[in-house]
Parts: sequence; structure tokens; C-alpha cells
Amino acid sequence: MLREMRLVALKDLRIETRVRVGITQILPFALAVLVLFAFALDTDQQALRTYAPGLFWVTVLLAALLAIGRSFAVDLADGITDRLLLSGIEPQAAFFGKAAAIAIQLVVLEVLLGFGVVLLFDVTVYRYGLLVSAGLVAALGLAAAGTLYGALVAGLGVRESLLPLLVLPVTAPVLIGATRAFQDAFGVAGAQGWAWLGLLVGFAAIYGVFGALSYGILLEEA
Amino acid sequence: MRQAVRLRAAVTLLGRFPALAGVDLDIDPGEVVVVKGQNGAGKTTLLRLCAGLCSLASGSGEILGHDLSTQRRQVRQRVALMGHTTGLYDDLTVAENVAFWGGAVGATSQEMHSALETLELSGRLVNLRAGNLSSGQRRRASFATLLVRRPELWLLDEPHAGLDHRSRNIVNNLVQSAAQAGATVMMASHELECMQTLQPRVVSLAGGMLTTQPAGIQPAGIQPAGIQPVTTQPVTVQPIPTHPTKEAGTHVA
Repeated sequence: MLREMRLVALKDLRIETRVRVGITQILPFALAVLVLFAFALDTDQQALRTYAPGLFWVTVLLAALLAIGRSFAVDLADGITDRLLLSGIEPQAAFFGKAAAIAIQLVVLEVLLGFGVVLLFDVTVYRYGLLVSAGLVAALGLAAAGTLYGALVAGLGVRESLLPLLVLPVTAPVLIGATRAFQDAFGVAGAQGWAWLGLLVGFAAIYGVFGALSYGILLEEA
Repeated sequence: MRQAVRLRAAVTLLGRFPALAGVDLDIDPGEVVVVKGQNGAGKTTLLRLCAGLCSLASGSGEILGHDLSTQRRQVRQRVALMGHTTGLYDDLTVAENVAFWGGAVGATSQEMHSALETLELSGRLVNLRAGNLSSGQRRRASFATLLVRRPELWLLDEPHAGLDHRSRNIVNNLVQSAAQAGATVMMASHELECMQTLQPRVVSLAGGMLTTQPAGIQPAGIQPAGIQPVTTQPVTVQPIPTHPTKEAGTHVA
């Protein structure tokens, strides 16, 4: 299973690095959102610092929708869906492989956006361990939920509009937990960052298990 | 001897329309069978049913000894389906596509290399993105991704479509070698004249039902002088199966 998971993840990452949609489209989109937030709150630097964690994660969430949609779009072309069904790849491996590829893209996006937040919002990081942990676990949770719902809507003609409608509400716990953890890491609020990290771990675990169990059925219907 | 394909009164619905309306069909291992019929006769649906991609609404069916109603996952692992699409990732090179689909069944790099050579996809073609290939080259690359799986049942939908004379001979050689190695081949085609060298059994499908099932008959309408003898390199197809078989029901549904 690990071999197949690696195969799927490397395939998705290879396509992504070759086409560079993440660098040329998703990252500029995310940076544009951050800049717009900065423009909107420009008169109050303190407000920018206070709201930076929330603005950061809203931006990551919006960018994640693009990455998830893109990841499934490549598997819908030219009969690839049928080939995947016939491939012999275990559904659990396909799920974790695709989720891993999305998570890696999100982590890269978070790092680049993180620099943007520091520059634009003038925040200071006090707890690097919490920041990195929350960033990684939140990326895993978003990727797991996104992969599950991406497969759910993959075969539908309205997938582009339906995906955000499904993913945004269910990932609210990630938005809340990661924002609280980042507030603690930035020292802008007295949130119990490590406790909120527990919520993120739970979210990622639930969607990891649920996705692995249901991915085969969803692919069948795609 | 257990048949490679055994269908009894097989009915498959596309929505509420019976694309197959009670098909009885037996195909022996190693046999090459061509299904002919007009557009909409149900040829593609028949191939997809045999691949385990369509479900039986009624009747019964066994593919390579696996029940089509309850063991579609096991069927899928042992067949290869070439439909009207190629199943290639446009942004991966030909070699990467073969490596991905071959890697899924644990094929070795030697087997992948051999598949590429068999389909005459060597040199610069190997490192071209699939999206940059001509339609004929895409078709050959798609065959390579199937060959590397070493399927026991080949299901080919219009396999000669879009291919030039040389490529058609390559495909014919591939089919012939696969059959000689013990694999069964079932093709849907309008171009029976392309298959002179294969000596296939021809069955006719109309309105979702088989109208004839003659055995060992030369396809009607074949013009022996119309096709040149195969002139491409001999194709080497190893005996099947060579890849470790997974436990039943564990692969992608």
C-alpha cells in the first residue's frame, strides 16, 4: 500500500511541478487575497496584527479549494477515471496518496504566505513549534477533507461550484483551531494553542479514516 | 476448461435503456474474438461489462472465473480495456505514463522498457509529454500502458482507429502475441479487414443482442490482398501472469 500511495502522490506532484498551476495561479491568487485584506484594514496596523491568523487561514482555505479542484481535474481527463478503477491501486492508497500530494502543496503555500503575512501585517512569531505543528496538521486535515469531497463531486458537472459549498462548512473546525493556534503562536491572544492543536489532530484523523473507508465507493460513482 | 468469458442472458442498463438485452457468449482462453455491429449495437457496453465497469442488471456472467455480479474488483485487476480514450496523463511523458500504470501492478523497469519498445516508442518519443503526441502515437502509448500490465483478457474497442498501416500491424502483432502467450482478446471493430492476420472468430451484435456466434469462421468481407503481411519487428509478450496477484477485493473499487 505504501508503494502505491507513493506512486499516486509522486504522480500528482510531478504533474503539478510540471504545469506549475500552484506557482503561477494559486499562489498569486492567495497573495492577492492577503494584499486586499491589508488594503481593507490598512488604517489600523494593530488590527492587521490581531486578525492576521484568521486572515491567513481564510486565504489558505480559499487557495486549498483551487488545489483540490485542480488535483481531481487531471484524473478526469481522457478516460483516466476508468483506468484508475482498472489499475489495481487500492482505494486507501489512492486516497492517502492524493491527500499527501495536496497536503505538500498546502504546506508550501503556507510557508510562502507566511512570509507574506510577516511582511504585510508586521507580525512576530513567539512560538515556532506551535506554528509549525499547527500548520502541518491543519494542512493534513484540509487535504483529507478536500480529497474526500473532491472525489464526491468529481463526476458531477457542477463540481467547481459544489466543491466550495461542501468543503468550506466542514472545514470550519480547521479554520477555528488553526486560527486559535496561530493567535497563540503570534502572541496576539491568550488562546490555548496546544489545546486547539488537539482539535486539528482529531479533525485530520477523522477525515483520514473516513476518507480511506469511503474513497473506493466514491471513485466508483465518479 | 474454464472459459475466459461466459455470459448468460446478460442484461446491462444504461439509465433505463437496455444496452445489452440478453447476451449469451462463450470465449475460450487464448481465443481472439471480434464483435461487430452497427453504432449503438452495444459493443462498447459489452466490453465494459466484461471489464467489470458496468453492472449486470440480470443474467449471469463470469470473466476469468470471477463472477461479474459479486467479484468485479477481481475481474478488473486481470483485464485491460482500451476504449475510445487513451487513459494518458497529458502532462506526463510517455515513459512516466507507462511507469505509473506499470508501477500500479508492480511491473519492473525492464518490463516497462520492453513495452515501450514493442510499441516502437523509443528515442525522443519516450520523453515527450503525452499531450504533445499525435493521436496515433497516443494510441500506441496507451497500448504500452496496457501491455505492461500483462492482462489475461484484452478488451479493445476499435483498436485500429486512427492508426496508420505500420501502427495497425504493430497492434495486430501485439494481439497475436498476447493470444499466443495465453491471453484472450475481445475486440469491437468495424474494420474487420484490418484483422486478416489474426484469424479471429467474429460475432455480431445488434440491438443489444448477439445475432450470430459462429466458431472458427473467417470474418466475412476480408480481402486477403488488401493487407500487407506484417513487417514490423516481432512482438515479444511474456506468458501471463507475471505480477503478484493482490488479495481479492483490495484494489480500487
